Amino acid sequence: MRSDLRIAIISLIAAFALAILPMPDWALKFRPDWVTLAMIYWAMALPSRIGVTSAFFAGLMLDVAHGAILGQHAVGLVIVVYIVLLQHQRLRVASLLQQALVVLALLLWKQLLVMWVNGIAGYPTGGWQVFLPSLVGAVLWPWVYIILRDLRRKFVYRKM
Amino acid sequence: MQTLFLQGPSVTLRMFLLVVLSVVLMTLDHRLNHLQFVRSTLSNLLYPLQYTIDLPIRFYYWADETLSSHHALLLENRALKAQQLENRVQLQKLDILEKENERLRLLLSATPKTREKVLIAEIIGVDVDPYRQLFVINKGRLHGVRQNQPIIDAHGVMGQTLYVNAYSSTVMLITDASHALPVQVDRTGLRSVLFGTGKTDSLDLRHIPHNADIKTGDLLITSGLGGRFPPNYPVAVVTSVERVAGEAFARIMAAPLALLDQSREVLLVLTEAAESGDAGDNTSGETASDAQ
Repeated sequence: MRSDLRIAIISLIAAFALAILPMPDWALKFRPDWVTLAMIYWAMALPSRIGVTSAFFAGLMLDVAHGAILGQHAVGLVIVVYIVLLQHQRLRVASLLQQALVVLALLLWKQLLVMWVNGIAGYPTGGWQVFLPSLVGAVLWPWVYIILRDLRRKFVYRKM
Repeated sequence: MQTLFLQGPSVTLRMFLLVVLSVVLMTLDHRLNHLQFVRSTLSNLLYPLQYTIDLPIRFYYWADETLSSHHALLLENRALKAQQLENRVQLQKLDILEKENERLRLLLSATPKTREKVLIAEIIGVDVDPYRQLFVINKGRLHGVRQNQPIIDAHGVMGQTLYVNAYSSTVMLITDASHALPVQVDRTGLRSVLFGTGKTDSLDLRHIPHNADIKTGDLLITSGLGGRFPPNYPVAVVTSVERVAGEAFARIMAAPLALLDQSREVLLVLTEAAESGDAGDNTSGETASDAQ
């Protein structure tokens, strides 16, 4: 297995761990969507490796982890990763602030899709605060980007 | 090989196919509940991660037990022994009452009461959806857990299993907004349906007319209608009764008796009805059908 793919998988597992880590009640509604953040980074950094199919499976795992309807997060992640794939060259050269704004839009869009499916299925959709995780995610994006980039540089380019 | 440009059409095509597939999956899962094996397989992949995350909490409980002082253990032991004695005295009385009840039922040629078996499970400390009242327990299909099996703790009814996987299960609490539980008022026998509100401390008792005899402090117990929950388990206490003129029914709120956000150990009740093949009764994850 190529080492960049290995780093991608390890970081995704870490993202899943963060997604189900128990947190105090007040912090629950601020928890950013770590898996989507990691998928956005890897779709941008390794578009030939991480594509819509991996997004689909990551989404299904997220559905199982959240006890949601199967396919709910999958459809959101597939569309988000597709948009990132189309624009990955532009995104790579954008500043961190610009990237964070795009990430905010993507996270809001995914949250909206998830909420929409909840609404159709008759589950509670929550109030305006369901969008808090997207805001937190966008604020954290620069750190996610820098940490994952440094990890990738450290473990991938060392061998080249 | 690293190409500079991705193959546009094939990515778009794949995206569309996967979106369509997701929609098909959602429909199958939500409307027909046919995807239990997919969920179960995926959750087996997730279980090691859930287990690992729970380890520190497990370690804390273990350390708490191991490192507690001899004196504290002695005190606890003494208190438990006293409690045990008290319980046993009460059980004796209950035993006699139960036998008498059985005899009387036989005289009336009513159906005998079924006895329930229980299985102890532990809650795995992982978070699920913050907007739903779900949690994960460490017992699954391999331990004999079935779908829609009632869960109770020492104080009352907690909920039921929503998804059953090989080693773990997802449990829906009675406070989940999509949960409905047939109950009756212990004092009067008045029957109704108790709905979850999405908040841990409140439940909504619906379809009670204004002139019904119900007041704050009334105990609600399971009525056993719907066939999923065994009858006569305590569920909640009525906290407020509001009779608003112009509305068809009274507004009644109740507080669950079970310690929904404190218990770590829960009991799975295996009813005879569930044992005799309730597996085919997979009317989606929701219990709203219980109401009918």
